[in-house]
Amino acid sequence: MTEPLTAPPGTASDPTTMVQLLDAEGRRHHHPEYGSFAESLDADALRAMYRDMVLTRAFDTQATSLQRQGELGLWPPCLGQEGAQIGSAHALAPRDFVFPSYREHGVALVRGVDLRDLLPLFRGTRHGGWDPHAHNFHLYSIVIGSHTLHAVGYAMGAQRDGDVGTGDPGRDRAVVAYFGDGATSQGDVSEALVFAASANAPVVFFVQNNQWAISVPTTTQSRVPLVRRGSGFGVPSVRVDGNDPLACYAVTRAALERARSGSGPTFVEAVTYRMGAHTTSDDPTRYRDRAEEDLWRTKDPIVRMRTYLAAESLADDAFFARVGEEADELAAATRDHCRTLEAGPPETLFDHVYTAPHPLVAEERAQMTEFEAGFTDGEGEAR
Amino acid sequence: MTATPLARAINAGLRAAMERDDKVLLMGEDIGPLGGVFRVTDGLHKDFGPDRVVDTPLAESGIIGTAIGLAMAGYRPVCEIQFDGFIFPAFDQITTQLAKLSYRSRGDLQMPVVIRVPYGGGIGAIEHHSESPEALFAHTAGLRVVTPATASDGYTMIQQAIASPDPVLFLEPKSRYWDKAEVDLGAEVDLSEAGVTTGLHAARTVRPGSEVTVVGYGPTVKTLLAAAEVAAGEGTEVEVIDLRSVSPIDFDAVTESVRRTGRLVVAHEAPVFFGPGAEIAARITERCFYELEAPVLRVGGFHTPYPTAKHEEHYLPSLDRVLDAVDRVLAY
Repeated sequence: MTEPLTAPPGTASDPTTMVQLLDAEGRRHHHPEYGSFAESLDADALRAMYRDMVLTRAFDTQATSLQRQGELGLWPPCLGQEGAQIGSAHALAPRDFVFPSYREHGVALVRGVDLRDLLPLFRGTRHGGWDPHAHNFHLYSIVIGSHTLHAVGYAMGAQRDGDVGTGDPGRDRAVVAYFGDGATSQGDVSEALVFAASANAPVVFFVQNNQWAISVPTTTQSRVPLVRRGSGFGVPSVRVDGNDPLACYAVTRAALERARSGSGPTFVEAVTYRMGAHTTSDDPTRYRDRAEEDLWRTKDPIVRMRTYLAAESLADDAFFARVGEEADELAAATRDHCRTLEAGPPETLFDHVYTAPHPLVAEERAQMTEFEAGFTDGEGEAR
Repeated sequence: MTATPLARAINAGLRAAMERDDKVLLMGEDIGPLGGVFRVTDGLHKDFGPDRVVDTPLAESGIIGTAIGLAMAGYRPVCEIQFDGFIFPAFDQITTQLAKLSYRSRGDLQMPVVIRVPYGGGIGAIEHHSESPEALFAHTAGLRVVTPATASDGYTMIQQAIASPDPVLFLEPKSRYWDKAEVDLGAEVDLSEAGVTTGLHAARTVRPGSEVTVVGYGPTVKTLLAAAEVAAGEGTEVEVIDLRSVSPIDFDAVTESVRRTGRLVVAHEAPVFFGPGAEIAARITERCFYELEAPVLRVGGFHTPYPTAKHEEHYLPSLDRVLDAVDRVLAY
């Protein structure tokens, strides 16, 4: 615990200090290593980030309400983590591939997933909801940390496809695995870091350290800052203010460029806070103080971005009003759509267990169909 | 036709699949220059290179988890788990991820991943090297579980497994690795959908008989044939069926046989309790209730951890235990 930290290769900064470009008061700062990666963000790009954060929060808040109304069985809110998600996702190129956990609603939005397609999983009408290849955005992974290995394997595929280190920006690609502080304790995450380092795979491990793994704090998961988990595996690591979308953008962009160029994986710890419950089944008042939540409320990513945009005249009141209206419309559309979602006929539960025909599945489907038919009359109406 | 041991026949099948499709790659522990601890991948690293014959870090969950990602990227990984007893660190990735991704994605994703596992006992090994975990995987929807008993099937079935769009557990009876048989290594293998879905899973009658049906797969087939030979000398005609597939199971073939013989014995090295024989007994009882002359009997491992090497001959379904079961079904 006392040995001096040395900067890992690829990062000149001390990995325990936090990269920050936009502080909690909305003031822009320069960073000697990462500042340049955010300089290309013009007013349009900055406004787009703000808009995506606001839309994500509106959707997320609406989904939480839908669970409270009984329309969803469960919802994992991303409230408070919009800066980490939108900032990092804006650094992605379309060819890059994302492996999310189950809370990356903001990343889904940026990847072009219709946010309403996130609902069926939590309403109990589907296990997925979107085509991963259509958005280069994998399905949500519920088994904590399991998908980090899939990300590394996919990146190994990109290497074999010759899509790494060509120098052609239209060809080179990278993979991002999003996971949380709790996942860093999982063996699969350690194995993913081992495999990524071994293969020098083009992967960015993006940890949103939201301080709580349901009720257990990060300090129970790790005796050292999570950022040091990466360097132990030989993976360059950097810590960033996760409520600062600009810093998250810059750090992720640097890591992606490094990965696409063939220089290997990077581990990012984005320090943020889960303002809501783990899921709607959880009660945070049982394990954490209101004062802690109040402190983090002052670091809100959307508030600081709005302050910055307004102070620098990068956006006017009309823009903020328009985004607010758009958010209201998204919330209403989410509500309306959710109530229309149905699971389909019961015999479809046998669909896609296997890709190729399978006699047992066919037999059981036929038995179930016959059984169900016994409850209807000749016209197909229930008896 | 060449007299070829099972291990070499699987090697030849792997080579043929790799030559046919450059998306096929092998991954596992010590499968590169060493050729695997059983030498099943011997020579392939030299001929196909380290990108297609990947010596992975020593982490089974990592092997299967990264294979899933490679499959998403369009590859057809063939993973080797070094020994049956070492598959359990990968059990989560196999059962919660690999088996379910087609279902969860409603077919948007396919998982053409093969997991090769040397399995079973009888080689005098230390613990964790002689297990038969097939029931655990047969119990998991989304997986296919097959096991060749002969060199010829080793050559054919590994190619069909690699061609399968679904994940396949390919269980290799390690006690039979060096058993030789005539194999046509240049033979055309049926890789059509029918070949992969029906051919790969079709049971095979390896000895016809009229009085008792005995069913096994993998390492027990040789034992069953030997038992049938002894029984024939005693005047009992035993029909031997090699299931070849534990999921799905070719119940039609077993049903057809039992309708003629009226008697069924199932043998496997896996523990009898909740083993594949339990499922076969239940299904055949349902299908052949009025043709059965005796209850279906099972011969297999006991409800103990796999015993020490010096005890394994008493644990495994030996020729004598199979004959004892044959005698008992005939006594009803």
